[in-house]
Amino acid sequence: MEPVTLTVNGATRRLFVPPQRTLLETVREDLGLTGTKHGCELGECGACTVLIDGVPILSCLTLTVNATDCEIVTIEGIGSMTEPHPLQRSFGEHGAAQCGYCTPAMILTAKALLDRDPNPSEETIAEAIAGNMCRCTGYLSILSAVAAVTEENQ
Amino acid sequence: MRSEPHLGIVGRAAPRVDALAQATGRVKYLDDLSYSGMLHGKILRSTEAHARIVAVDTSAAKALPGVHGILTGEDLPVAFGLLPVSQDEHALAVDKVRHIGDPIAAVAAEHPDIAQRAMELIEVTYESLPVVTTMTEAVETTEEPIHGDGPRNNRDREISLEFGDVDAGFDIAYHIREDVFFYQGNNHAALEAHGALGVVEDDGRLHVFSSTQVPHYLHRILAKVLEMPESRIRVTATPTGGGFGAKTDVFSHELVAGQMALITGRPVKFVLTREEVFYAHRGRHPVLMWVKTGFTSDGRITAMSFRTFIDGGAYGSYGAASLLYTGQLQTITYRIPAYRFEGVRLFTNKPACGPKRGHGTPQPRFGLEVHLDKAADDLGLDPVTIRKRNLVSPNTVTVNHLRITSCGLTECIDRVVADSGYLDKRRHLPQGHGIGFAIGAYMSGAGLPIYFNDMPQSEVMIKVDRGGGVTVYSMAADCGQGSTTMLATVVGEALGLDPSDLVVITADTDLTPVDLGSYSSRVTFMAGNAALEAALKLTDLVLTAIADELDIDQDAVEIGHGVVVAGDREIPWAEAARIAEARWGLLVTTGTYKPPKDIKGDYRGAGVGPSPAYSYSACVADVKCDPETGHVSVERVWLAHDVGRAINPLLVRGQIEGSVHMALGEVLMEEQTFRGALHSGPSLLDYKIPTVLEMPRVESIIVESIDAEGPFGAKEVGQGPLLPVIPAVVNAVHDALGIRLDAIPLRPDKVLAALDDLERGGPGRYGPTDLPDYTFRSPLRVDPPPEAVTV
Amino acid sequence: MLRLPPLRYEAPSTLEEAVALLAEDGALLAAGGSDLVPNLKRRQYPTARTIVSLRRVADLVGIRVESDGTIRIAALTTLATVVEDSRLPKVLREAAGAVASPQIRNQGTVGGNLCVDTRCDWLNVPDTWRQAAEPCLKAGGEMCWVAPAKKDCWAVSSSDLAPVMVALGAEVQLIGPDGRRSIPIEQLYRNDGMAYLTKTTEEILTEVVIGPHAGLRATYRKLRRRGSIDFPILGVAAAVRLDDADICTEARIVLGAVASAPLRVPTSEEVLVGRTYNAETIAEAAEAARKLARPLNNTDLTSRYRTRMIPVFVRRALEELG
Ligand SMILES: Cc1cc2nc3c(=O)[nH]c(=O)nc-3n(C[C@H](O)[C@H](O)[C@H](O)COP(=O)(O)OP(=O)(O)OC[C@H]3O[C@@H](n4cnc5c(N)ncnc54)[C@H](O)[C@@H]3O)c2cc1C
Ligand code: FES
Ligand code: FES
Repeated sequence: MEPVTLTVNGATRRLFVPPQRTLLETVREDLGLTGTKHGCELGECGACTVLIDGVPILSCLTLTVNATDCEIVTIEGIGSMTEPHPLQRSFGEHGAAQCGYCTPAMILTAKALLDRDPNPSEETIAEAIAGNMCRCTGYLSILSAVAAVTEENQ
Repeated sequence: MRSEPHLGIVGRAAPRVDALAQATGRVKYLDDLSYSGMLHGKILRSTEAHARIVAVDTSAAKALPGVHGILTGEDLPVAFGLLPVSQDEHALAVDKVRHIGDPIAAVAAEHPDIAQRAMELIEVTYESLPVVTTMTEAVETTEEPIHGDGPRNNRDREISLEFGDVDAGFDIAYHIREDVFFYQGNNHAALEAHGALGVVEDDGRLHVFSSTQVPHYLHRILAKVLEMPESRIRVTATPTGGGFGAKTDVFSHELVAGQMALITGRPVKFVLTREEVFYAHRGRHPVLMWVKTGFTSDGRITAMSFRTFIDGGAYGSYGAASLLYTGQLQTITYRIPAYRFEGVRLFTNKPACGPKRGHGTPQPRFGLEVHLDKAADDLGLDPVTIRKRNLVSPNTVTVNHLRITSCGLTECIDRVVADSGYLDKRRHLPQGHGIGFAIGAYMSGAGLPIYFNDMPQSEVMIKVDRGGGVTVYSMAADCGQGSTTMLATVVGEALGLDPSDLVVITADTDLTPVDLGSYSSRVTFMAGNAALEAALKLTDLVLTAIADELDIDQDAVEIGHGVVVAGDREIPWAEAARIAEARWGLLVTTGTYKPPKDIKGDYRGAGVGPSPAYSYSACVADVKCDPETGHVSVERVWLAHDVGRAINPLLVRGQIEGSVHMALGEVLMEEQTFRGALHSGPSLLDYKIPTVLEMPRVESIIVESIDAEGPFGAKEVGQGPLLPVIPAVVNAVHDALGIRLDAIPLRPDKVLAALDDLERGGPGRYGPTDLPDYTFRSPLRVDPPPEAVTV
Repeated sequence: MLRLPPLRYEAPSTLEEAVALLAEDGALLAAGGSDLVPNLKRRQYPTARTIVSLRRVADLVGIRVESDGTIRIAALTTLATVVEDSRLPKVLREAAGAVASPQIRNQGTVGGNLCVDTRCDWLNVPDTWRQAAEPCLKAGGEMCWVAPAKKDCWAVSSSDLAPVMVALGAEVQLIGPDGRRSIPIEQLYRNDGMAYLTKTTEEILTEVVIGPHAGLRATYRKLRRRGSIDFPILGVAAAVRLDDADICTEARIVLGAVASAPLRVPTSEEVLVGRTYNAETIAEAAEAARKLARPLNNTDLTSRYRTRMIPVFVRRALEELG
């Protein structure tokens, strides 16, 4: 067991984890934050994306011990049913979630983009989500949902 | 028409009712559930493609601390299968394994790592048997068939039907064309892997949660295999992270999760890995097909003969239906006066194929639409004209006895052709740039249930509480297609309530009345109709009560937005509901739906194909091809779809775009292939799903033919729009490069092979030429219905 | 959920300690881990015991551009950092930007990319699959499934940066039990799918150095099915220097993903050097590349197809530099 200290959605969490535990397992199984999904566990689908120090990272490829002292944000950390993040509202309004399984990762990836570049072109948005698979929507509604939240469109 | 929407709730592009829950990560999918004391299950799978199981030694695994349960085939000996005619599976292999990945044993342990270790300790002794992986091999006689005893071939089932006099039709033809096509198999690749969780509840009953599209069928099969009454089992379908047909069968892990919970007394969860999903499969069948059509000089079809060989993999699954679907729906787009269909499904030592979006019809649709494109060339017609000369008319019956009602096909064609400028661009775009056209059609629910019964296919119940709150109960499982939102919208329109204010309880066998499941695009039509009936009964109760209360004529009372309008008075819904409850007692209404009886013929095989209504679509695709690399990219797609009525246009558009995406995957890159019996790459890296960067602009055109029997006129949109995209892309590649790809996916190496053929002076074709050496039995002759067309 | 096997974890704070830890049996070095973790999850390293993470070692992150144009990229610098650094040559930024997906570029490092394990369809497979087939050479078995007649492993060098670095004539700094050394990056690679790096397992790559390269024109082209996520199944890096009269004075053409190491194509380079850089010499150079590499059927698409694409991609790369 290794001691780790993580800031998860603003709260400091101290835990002991086996060295081989991935951040995906930690957020879902140790911290109960099941909004983070998994579709392959091998870095191929993007569904497990979380933000580490503001940057989208695949939690299935990240050892929890290696994330120690980092600031982690999961989908639960950016908005709630009563106070959703603008992207969370926009995804609904644009039909950007069908089964919803890729959605938390898509939203976090898009949020990291908008935090860096509040006015991305459609091409930039597409490049940013090119590591996130969605099997349902065909992505177009996702592009619109993100574009609607750019500074220009707000 | 089943009622006219006048409140504008139906027809409004509104978010899904669960949109915020999804976007905030609150939706609980199967793997998000956990119980204290829960055990983690793992399934040991065959590493042999075809073998007798001599022994399974679990003693070392049993002795491992932390292991609580181990099951092998003998613990669950009852055979099952989703179709009554295909009871050929066991929860865990009993005597034989039939493909790599076939389940053999299951373990449940305190920690996933222990379960993994336990699996590694189980020793299986196999006796290898000859392996069959191709359809050519499967038609041969063998001592060791995959099912049953030899000597015999590996045929699963065969169909041979003839409607009208096909030979006579060919005799009068001015032109006859024959083609052979191949459509490679592929996987649904829903982003969420399958999973199931078994719990013994406090009352001793078994509760199985599963990521399934068919809780009702799972319920029945659990009862059968676990040998306990259905009343002792509760099934809850969790929201699925994508289905596309992947989760419409019943799988080993679901049965085993139930049994494991029973024997350990603890909750047990099984979640498949991505590799296991590719072995569980039930994806698109690889289909080799031959089509021969006779035409008059002006392009009218005189007769058609269609033959399909479908590679079923190791089990029956839905295959008996899949096989029929490869032949039955050609007639719902084109008037075919005489039609012969011969098909055979073969067993091979590969994961079982089954239903995937479009179930059995994308393959023949691809063949048919490319075939017609070529026939148009032969006859000097353009691809639109040849199709329009043969289109079915609304309110007719096809040669194979399918009843066609509403049909917006002409409008679909006209819209995509006009919007894309297809006729002007065709043959006029620069080399390497092309445009293609095709059409398609699909069912709004299968006419018959999967097991024979006379009960409704869908049942809905509505209950009103004393605050006016409305709860809708339906077993329809939302697999992302938006069925829950559809139910809320249909009921909302009838009651004048905002869909997001309704509570919809779904997919739980304890709580909800039966709906057969989310497959064959049946939910909007069937559950929608049942919901509408229940809602109309409820409005009737409320309006009557108000009319009585105010002592006015019932015609003077009507539903408004959140109110009951009685002349110049507006009674808030909640108050109206209280008045009604005082008048009638508990406000509960029910609705049911059963398809009409007269939508089908009565020959053997007539059960597959009929639907209460068919959706129609047309597509134009604009593609660019690099003649040097063979790379094909789709630049733009126009897709018009006759949905009947768009209950929620936002969701309709989503289904169209999603269908286009899946179709592009299938036509350009997705394929489930094997090296021998080994999967070529059971991962999301090797199995190529298009990313956002491969996705073109899509112009979605919604056509509303307002079906007379659909709820508010609605039909379907979940599957139909996929169909025409595939041949439209293939036809566009022909326009771009002058080559014919008669096998898909259009891998760049195959594009180059066709170009090489052209260069060498050949026809510029890549595709199969031969069919397996197989003789079909002589066809069952079925007289066309008297009202069917003749030439 | 696919999980990692039980492992020990070490995060030393100096390179020397790391080198010492790497001398132990079953020790594996982790940088970003984006290659290591999936391989471990697929049980590709059955003897793995300890992960030695470099995350605590200071000074392994960052890019320095010196006054003479020399570029020094520390090993743990992420690919995303390379993509975003406008001081760097376009070819590097584009090649780094073509790796995997945005998330993996945020995690994957330059050092990890240059040392990324070789890949093969018979090796990078999940567990049941592996058990269903006999293990291949690299998985500890007796023979190579791709070329059963041969005694070697043909797993493919799949780094996008490696061919580019070779084309740019980069050097790598290594630290090991015997101290530091610097070698031309070309010498880091060996055309052997198993022992694909010439360095010892204890040696750590600390820095890549690209010497002054003013006037060098370079580009990279990658063949893969999808615009994202996919590994290269052919990579062509080309660097040429032209004089005022358009005579090519220097040429380096490197193929990625067709062998177990990035392959220089001297036959093509010789065609170009000393001659006018025009469509004709480019076509000739491209044709000359066809003969060198013989990829096997162990990645996506067929070997015939990939072989056929070599001259096409070389020509297109060279044309871009004209
Ligand atoms: C889905 C997917 C797609 C991918 N696509 C691509 C692609 O298109 N192109 C591509 O090039 N790569 C690709 N990769 C591989 C990998 O992600 C990248 O190459 C990445 O840059 C590796 O960097 P890392 O720091 O994560 O490496 P790690 O996983 O940390 O290490 C990789 C290997 O290098 C060794 N190593 C790492 N750092 C050093 C060092 N400083 N000194 C000595 N040895 C070292 C490790 O021991 C290990 O063997 C992909 C990976 C995945 C999962
Ligand atoms: S689960 Fe991490 S990328 Fe698929
Ligand atoms: S909404 Fe289902 S995977 Fe994206």
